[in-house]
Amino acid sequence: MDYLGYLIAGWAVVLGAVAVYAVSLIRRGKALSARVPADRRRWMTTDG
Amino acid sequence: MTITSAAPQTNSVANNPGSTGSTATRALGLASLVGLAVLLVLAFVITDPDQRVFDRGADLEPLLTGQGDAVRLLYVHFPVAMVTYIAFSLNAVGSIAVLWKKSTWWDNTAAAAAEVGVLFCGLTLVTGSIWGRPIWNTWWKWGDVRLMTTTILFLIFVGYLAYRRTMTDSRVRAKRSAVVGLIGAINIPIVYKSVDWWQNRTLHQQSTLRDRSIEDLTLFAMIFGMVVFVAIFAWLMIHRFRIGWLEHQTETVGLEAAIEERRAQTSAAIFDAVTDSRPSHETGSD
Amino acid sequence: MHEIWALARKDLLIEARSKVVATQVVPFAMVVLILFGLALDADSRTLRDLAPGLFWVATLFAGVLTIQRSVAVETLSSTFEALRLSGAPGWKLFAGKALAVGVQLLAVEAVLALGIVVLYRSEFEDPVLVVTAAVAATIAIASAGSLYGVLAVGMGVRDTILPMLLLPIMMPVLVAATRAFGDGLGTAALDGWTWTGLLGLLAIIYATVGALAYAVVIEDT
Repeated sequence: MDYLGYLIAGWAVVLGAVAVYAVSLIRRGKALSARVPADRRRWMTTDG
Repeated sequence: MTITSAAPQTNSVANNPGSTGSTATRALGLASLVGLAVLLVLAFVITDPDQRVFDRGADLEPLLTGQGDAVRLLYVHFPVAMVTYIAFSLNAVGSIAVLWKKSTWWDNTAAAAAEVGVLFCGLTLVTGSIWGRPIWNTWWKWGDVRLMTTTILFLIFVGYLAYRRTMTDSRVRAKRSAVVGLIGAINIPIVYKSVDWWQNRTLHQQSTLRDRSIEDLTLFAMIFGMVVFVAIFAWLMIHRFRIGWLEHQTETVGLEAAIEERRAQTSAAIFDAVTDSRPSHETGSD
Repeated sequence: MHEIWALARKDLLIEARSKVVATQVVPFAMVVLILFGLALDADSRTLRDLAPGLFWVATLFAGVLTIQRSVAVETLSSTFEALRLSGAPGWKLFAGKALAVGVQLLAVEAVLALGIVVLYRSEFEDPVLVVTAAVAATIAIASAGSLYGVLAVGMGVRDTILPMLLLPIMMPVLVAATRAFGDGLGTAALDGWTWTGLLGLLAIIYATVGALAYAVVIEDT
């Protein structure tokens, strides 16, 4: 396959950056969740 | 102000330690990952390299053109670019809604869209640059109208994100960020037009999707890639939105706690003043 | 009209007394011109060709400082409150502030023009085109700048954000003004009047947006 280095670099940058951002979002969410009472996190439970 | 409408209500474990995930987002995340795997197979295995035969007339040998295997980069570049436009459009919609209805929900959406949008805009530039090196023979082409417009768009929204960070009052932040976001959005067509005039040439392919000679499988891979990246975008948006919502809650919880504390102090002071019968107390007149 | 002129006159009188733009911004703009000359290590021919772009980059940098000064005049004496209470509509306050910035910027540009003639050997082949383009570009910069200047103060907002907010937005102005000057200074073979037309359009757009948004923004200054 031609340009294999470019292909891998391009895809890896996108997948890597999105993965790092997703993990950082999950971490930020967990850290913040710990500081907010459960009844204010309404997407987790319907009845609080 | 219906926060829950963006956050699908699901019955997960009652004693959840707490995260921005929910059953719905986990399903969406799983679907995105499966879609991504399929997209990779499509992009690297199933589709053929872009090779077109250019007929130069009866006298000359037909010329072999096309991008070859570099087209496999477009299966990620194109969807990422489309998600960038969706994200910044969403930011503009949110900004209008904030100015119109002073909505916290939309301010949160606008902030989330800008952050995810800047990430994808940066990735659009990087993947475009990596594609340009073998095809244009350069990482960067001054004067390409879409490259220039995307670059300016990136800078405008990097400024927007930095601007949001400078403000602590959420009401003022919402309003002023909306003004900055809207002016950024107004500038997009202006930048596009002025760069178009500036060089009056573009190295980008004109309306690739309408090109009839494009192969069906290539078209399918492009559209499938868009669906996958829109799903990824939705997952990121929901999580980022919930983080904004949690931040809003910690601000209000913190504020309520401070008010509560102040109230307790005041009532304690009043209680002391009322019950304190010692005549030699000196701070009583304060 | 009376209120707009009164407000602009106030800012210009403050400048006449304090001479901040005259003793700080104008010399700074000249320093930028000299820095370009040294950094590019260029022969006079190259500098002459690049003069239109360098002129407008120097103007934009000086514009950021002029706008920060225009806002500081109000915040130092907490007079945004007085402006709000004056009862004048937001667009008039905006026009007054932008007019004062525009006049000061034109003065900076006049000195810069002399600078590129002396330092870069530029020649004004079409003075009418150059002046028209400069006025249109200045209206655009002063309008967008006056709005962003207010957006970048108050409520804990740090004023270091101004360049990052303003300069990306100013790219179309930079491109158009550089092209118009390229024709006016005879360094590029193109139609400078078309670009001046675009500058006029940009001036109208930014002036309109600023006039509409100023009242919303100034509420919380």
